[in-house]
Amino acid sequence: MAIVKNDSVIENDWVALDDEALVPESGANVLVSLARFKAERDALIARNGGLGVLLVPGDAPEDLADDIDRFSLIAVKFPSYTDGRGYSYGRVLREHYGYQGELRAVGDVLRDQILNMHRCGFDAYELADEADVALEKVRAALREMTVYYQPTGDGRVTAGSLRERRRAALELGGS
Amino acid sequence: MYRYDDFDRQLVAERTTQFRDQVARRLSGELTEDQFKPLRLMNGVYLQLHAYMLRIAVPYGTMNGNQMRMLGHIARTYDKGYGHFTTRQNIQFNWPKLNEIPDALEDLATVEMHAIQTSGNCIRNTTTDQYAGAAADEIEDPRPYCELIRQWSTFHPEFTYLPRKFKIAVTGSPNDRAAVRVHDIGLRMHKNDAGETGFEVIVGGGLGRTPFVGKTVRDFIGKNDLFSYLEAILRVYNRFGRRDNKYKARIKILVHEVGVEEISRLVEEEWAKIKDGSLRVSDDEIAQYIAQFAPPAFEELRDNDPEFERRKQAHPDFAAWVRSNVIAHKQPGYAIANISLKPIGGIPGDATAEQMELVGDLADQYSFGDVRVTHEQNLVLPHVKKAELFALWAELKNAGLATANLGFVTDIIACPGLDYCALATARSIPLSQRISERFGDLDRQYDIGELKIKISGCINACGHHHVGHIGILGLDKRGKEFYQITLGGDASQDASIGKIAGAGFSEAEVVDAIEALITRYIDIRNVGERFIDTYRRVGMDPFKEVLYGDR
Amino acid sequence: MSLQVVTANRLDDGLAVFMTADEGWSTDIRQAICAGDAEQAEALLARANTQKQQITVVGPYLIDVANEDGVLVPIKYREILRTLGPSVRPDLGYQAG
Ligand code: HEM
Ligand code: SF4
Repeated sequence: MAIVKNDSVIENDWVALDDEALVPESGANVLVSLARFKAERDALIARNGGLGVLLVPGDAPEDLADDIDRFSLIAVKFPSYTDGRGYSYGRVLREHYGYQGELRAVGDVLRDQILNMHRCGFDAYELADEADVALEKVRAALREMTVYYQPTGDGRVTAGSLRERRRAALELGGS
Repeated sequence: MYRYDDFDRQLVAERTTQFRDQVARRLSGELTEDQFKPLRLMNGVYLQLHAYMLRIAVPYGTMNGNQMRMLGHIARTYDKGYGHFTTRQNIQFNWPKLNEIPDALEDLATVEMHAIQTSGNCIRNTTTDQYAGAAADEIEDPRPYCELIRQWSTFHPEFTYLPRKFKIAVTGSPNDRAAVRVHDIGLRMHKNDAGETGFEVIVGGGLGRTPFVGKTVRDFIGKNDLFSYLEAILRVYNRFGRRDNKYKARIKILVHEVGVEEISRLVEEEWAKIKDGSLRVSDDEIAQYIAQFAPPAFEELRDNDPEFERRKQAHPDFAAWVRSNVIAHKQPGYAIANISLKPIGGIPGDATAEQMELVGDLADQYSFGDVRVTHEQNLVLPHVKKAELFALWAELKNAGLATANLGFVTDIIACPGLDYCALATARSIPLSQRISERFGDLDRQYDIGELKIKISGCINACGHHHVGHIGILGLDKRGKEFYQITLGGDASQDASIGKIAGAGFSEAEVVDAIEALITRYIDIRNVGERFIDTYRRVGMDPFKEVLYGDR
Repeated sequence: MSLQVVTANRLDDGLAVFMTADEGWSTDIRQAICAGDAEQAEALLARANTQKQQITVVGPYLIDVANEDGVLVPIKYREILRTLGPSVRPDLGYQAG
C-alpha cells in the first residue's frame, strides 16, 4: 500500500477511525465517516488536530459544504473501480464548494483510472502496490494523454480553448 | 464535414498507444481479464461466440470516401473480408485477433477513425439523422452539435464509469429518423416562441428488457446552454442511477422510479450551478462548427433533369430504385441516394471489403466524398446530382448494392443473434433471410408498402424489435429457438413500444405467421394506410385472430 | 449428468477452444478431456482457471457434451455453433475446414 501525491510517495499521517472508536483527545489527524462527522460535528471541529472525512458512494458531498474549509483531507472511496460516483464527488467538492485540501482516492484505485481521477480534482491516490511501483504507475497514467476536451476544475487547458487562442493569434497576426 | 485538427489527431494517437500498451500488459499477464475487460470494451473490443469483435465508431454516422475505403482495408487485412453495419451507425468486425487490433486501430487513426465510445459504461457514440445537411425537411443541420457532443463526451473524465452505457441521439428534423425517443437522451431541434433554434430534451427512453419512450425534461434549451445541461443530466445520473442491478441501471429506470418531475428538479438544480461556467458555448464557437459542416459546392441546377426522366422511362428497374431509394434533397437538382444493405435473402447490414471500397469511391465520385450509415443498417450517398443517379445506380447494381427496397418489408433490421453473439438466445439473421425471400418479389413489396420488421436475438433488443411495426424477439424455449412477435412499435416522432401478440412461434412457424399478419393487413387496410396505421386503427384483435384463431 | 468439457476463448486470437488432457487447448472439441461427473468437472474447471491459464484463455466454462460414436458433440445449439461457425456463413469458422 502506498499513497502518491504531488509526484512522490507520502506517509499516511491520518488515523482512520471506526464509528465506534474513541476519538483521540488532540494531536493526531483523524479521518471519520460522513455519518460520524454529521453526528459529532461540533466536538470534531473543536478538537486540535487535522480533520478528514471519508465519503463512500451514496454519501452526499453537499453535507460537507458548510464546513468545507475545516477539512484538510477528504478521502473518497472507490469500492470497485467501476463505481464512478466518486468522480462526481470530486468535482462537486472542488468546483462547487471550492475545497482546497487533499482529495484522496482510496479503495480499488488502479493505474488506468488515475488520469480521470486527477481531472476530477483528486490529488492523492492510495494504491495497493509497493511504493516505487505505485509512483511509477501514477506517473505513467498522468502522462498518457495530453489532449483534453472537457473543461474541469483541474485547470488543464482544453483543446477548445487552445483552438480559441490560436484563432485569436491568427486574427491578430492577420490585421 | 468535420476534419480533425492536430488536437483531435493527437488524442486518437495517444489513445492508440495507450491501448497497445494495455493489450501488451494483458498478454503478459500484468492485467487480469477482469481488469482488462472494461479497458478493451472502451476500445470497442468484445468477445463473441467465435472470436473477438471490434466495433468501430462512425460518429453521427458520417464518413468520407477515404474512411469508407479504410473499412474495406480493415475487413480484408484483419478480418474475413466483410463487416456488419449496426443500428447505432457503427460497424462491427467479427474475427479480429486481439494481438492485431492495435495495428488495426493504428491504421484507422490514419483516416481519423477509432473505436472510442463504442462500448463500456460511458457516453456512447452520438447518433443522428442520416440525411443531416441534405434533407429537405430539416430545421438545421444537427451535425455541428453532434460534433460538439462528440468532443464533450469523448473520455469525459467524470462519466467513464457510469452505472450503465449512455446513448444520445439528435434530430434536426421534425420527421425523426434518429429514434430520439428511445435513447437515454434524445435531442429534438425546434424553434421557440422567440424564433430561436434550440432543443427539446427527452430523457429515459430505451429498449432492452424494459423498453420506455423517453420523457421531456425540458421543452427548450438554447444552443449555448446545451452542454452544461447535458453535463447536469449526466451528473445526476452518475450519482443517482442504480448500481445494484445492471438490468436496472439505465437512466430510464431512474426516471421511471423517481419520476420525470424529480429528475427534472435535480437536473435544473445542478444546472443552475454550472450553466454560466466553462461549458457555455459561445455563438462564435458554434459558428466555427457550423462552418465546418457548410454545404458542399453545389451547382446551380434546375430541379428537373430531362435525361434523368428519360432514363427512368427507359429502365423500369432504375425507376423502381429511384422511387424506393431516392429521397428529396434540399438543393434543386440533387437527390439523396440510399444504398440498401438488404439484398433479398442476404445478411442485413453486412458488406464486403470490395463493396465498402466501391462505396468509398462512389462517394468521392458522386457525393462530394460524403457517405452515411443509417440506424436501419443501410448506407447513404447524401448529395448526388439527379443527372448522375443513373450512372451511380448502374455501378451499385453491378456490385449487388441496388436493391430497391428501402422502407419495405425486406428492409429488415436484424442483430447478429446467435450466429455471432455470446448473449443471444436465438438466431436472428436466418429468420430475416427467410422473411426476405418470402417477400422478395418487388411488386408484392410495393403493394404491402412501408413496413418495418425488426429482429433481435435476445431481450437486449439490439435489433430494435420493440419499435418494429412488426417486432420479432428470439428466445430459447427448452433448448429450441422460439420467436415472440410484437406489433405496433414505432421509432419515429410518433414513437411507441410494440405489444406482444401472444404465444411465440417455432422457427418453422414464424415466417408463416408474419405472412398471415401481412395478408390480414392487406385485407383490412383503408386506401393509403400503412401497416402501422391500420394497426393503430383496428388494434391487436384482428391480427391476433389470424395468428391464433380461437386458441 | 451428461459428460462435460471445458471451453474458453483463446486470449490472443479469441477463437473457441477446448481444454485437453495436458491442460493445453485445442480448436477441435474431439481433442478435449471429458469429465464424467460433477466432481471431475469441477476439477477440470479449476485446472482451467489457474493464474497461468489466464494468459492463455479467457472465461473458461463447462459445457454439456454427448459422446456420439466416440466423437464429442455439444448438446446446446449455442455450443454446437461454436464448434462450427456462423450458420449463415458456412464458408467461415471451423465448419469451413
Ligand atoms: C454482438 C455483440 C453485441 C453485444 C454483446 C450487445 C450487447 C447489448 C446489451 C447487453 C444491450 C442491453 C443494454 C441495456 O439495456 O442496458 C444492448 C442494447 C442495444 N444494442 Fe447491443 N450488443 C451487441 C451488438 C449490437 C449490434 C450489432 C447492434 C446494432 C445492430 C447493437 C445495438 C444496440 C441497441 C440499439 C441496443 C438497445 C438500445 C438501448 O436501450 O441501448 N448492439 N446491446
Ligand atoms: S439483441 Fe441480444 S443477440 Fe442480438 S446482438 Fe444484442 S445482445 Fe446479441
